[in-house]
Amino acid sequence: SGFSGTEMSRPEHVAPADVFYDRDEAKKYAASSRMIQIQSAMASRAIELLHLPPGRPAHILDIGCGSGLSGEALSEAGHSWVGVDISADMLGVAVTREVEGDLVLSDMGQGLNFRPGVFDGAISISAIQWLCNADHADHTPQKRLKRFFQTLYSCLAAGSRAILQFYPETPPQVTLITQAAMRAGFSGGLVVDYPNSTKAKKYFLCLFAGEAGVDQPAPRPKYKSAKRRKKRVKTTHEDGDEASMMTDEGGPEQDGMEVEGEEEEEEEEEGERSTEGQGGEGGEEDETVAAPASTVLYSTEEDRESASKLKKRLRKSRPSVKSKSWVANKKQRYRQQGKTVKEDSKYSGRKRPGKF
Amino acid sequence: MRLFTHNHLACVKKGCKQNFPLTIVPSKVEMEESEMNSDFIIRMVDRLDYPALLKAATACKLTGLPDKLPERLDRKTHEAIIKQLHNALMQVHVVEGELACPGCERKYPIQNGVPNMRLSEDEV
Repeated sequence: SGFSGTEMSRPEHVAPADVFYDRDEAKKYAASSRMIQIQSAMASRAIELLHLPPGRPAHILDIGCGSGLSGEALSEAGHSWVGVDISADMLGVAVTREVEGDLVLSDMGQGLNFRPGVFDGAISISAIQWLCNADHADHTPQKRLKRFFQTLYSCLAAGSRAILQFYPETPPQVTLITQAAMRAGFSGGLVVDYPNSTKAKKYFLCLFAGEAGVDQPAPRPKYKSAKRRKKRVKTTHEDGDEASMMTDEGGPEQDGMEVEGEEEEEEEEEGERSTEGQGGEGGEEDETVAAPASTVLYSTEEDRESASKLKKRLRKSRPSVKSKSWVANKKQRYRQQGKTVKEDSKYSGRKRPGKF
Repeated sequence: MRLFTHNHLACVKKGCKQNFPLTIVPSKVEMEESEMNSDFIIRMVDRLDYPALLKAATACKLTGLPDKLPERLDRKTHEAIIKQLHNALMQVHVVEGELACPGCERKYPIQNGVPNMRLSEDEV
């Protein structure tokens, strides 16, 4: 289970974001080199997943920009950006650090204050799980998620992407968020980096606004041939090196959004990332090593159909109520529960004659 | 806040019918130089609401923008216009002041270059 987090490591359990990230916390955040490193690495990965046309500066929305760490990664990649955040103190730190993008103080759950189609893409680092909180009496997570995704969809240019990294607390929370995104019109899915490491595991919700171009098919997980996967698992066991198992590589690979040639690059980067100080957790790997699914996709029409068919089939195979086998099953069940049950006889479950 | 960002901002208050463009009431405007990227400006002009930019520029006492933009901006022939656009969009920063929604008359303060667009819960 990658849904980790105690009270201490989940600030959204402590106080609302605008309260939690007060002046002291904001300063701490900006000064911690480890925090900076992790945030920047995730921002770079999000930018990579945005899959923007190379060599062309784009205009990107950074949701929950905080002190501007992810924005700096955007500036480095040559993009112009606008950041929104709910914490005035965090934005204050961003202002003193003289980040290049413009900053807007706003609550994403109240809707993003932008005209339609003005951004080439959006990223968000460790922010959207806050939407699942009800920090005020009149907060409803579903409503806030709905408003957020609807306004996000509208402010993105057609065919652009939103890459939202977040820390889901529980599987239902993932469903809550992805469903809200889907209802707002997005397509896409969840990409999980480092699926086999409890600590390094990162969830990226990859959303597509409107028609994806021909060169940008929607992400569909393909599974690596069993042979290759086995090999990878083997290497993990042999030298205990988690690096080879990390990122999308371990399970479903190339979700269709990466160009062929990128694979090599990615592998290199994985090496880098794994050396990023995720040591001391090798032991946790073994139990999850064989888990194939590192990508969760929205269920498609097809899936739902087959699920309902399966249900029907199960219902058919069940003995009909009050039939002989149904009575026998029930008696057996009750016996196992230690209840007093009448002995079986030739009359058990026998049909009554029609009329007296 | 750049005028570029201002050109994208809209009011999301509940029931607001005419949420754009927000009127700028500046009390402190600064100029900050930045590198020009003509291609970026040309691409962004498609998403620009030019009348809103003109209004914002007037509010910030900025002159030099043409009354109307040519239909298609060309990097070479319209160099002067692109320069003016770059100046207006990227170099003018509203540091202190206020934004006012034309529809619902909600005021959004700008402090330290950051507009505060947060609403109270009954406005959502």
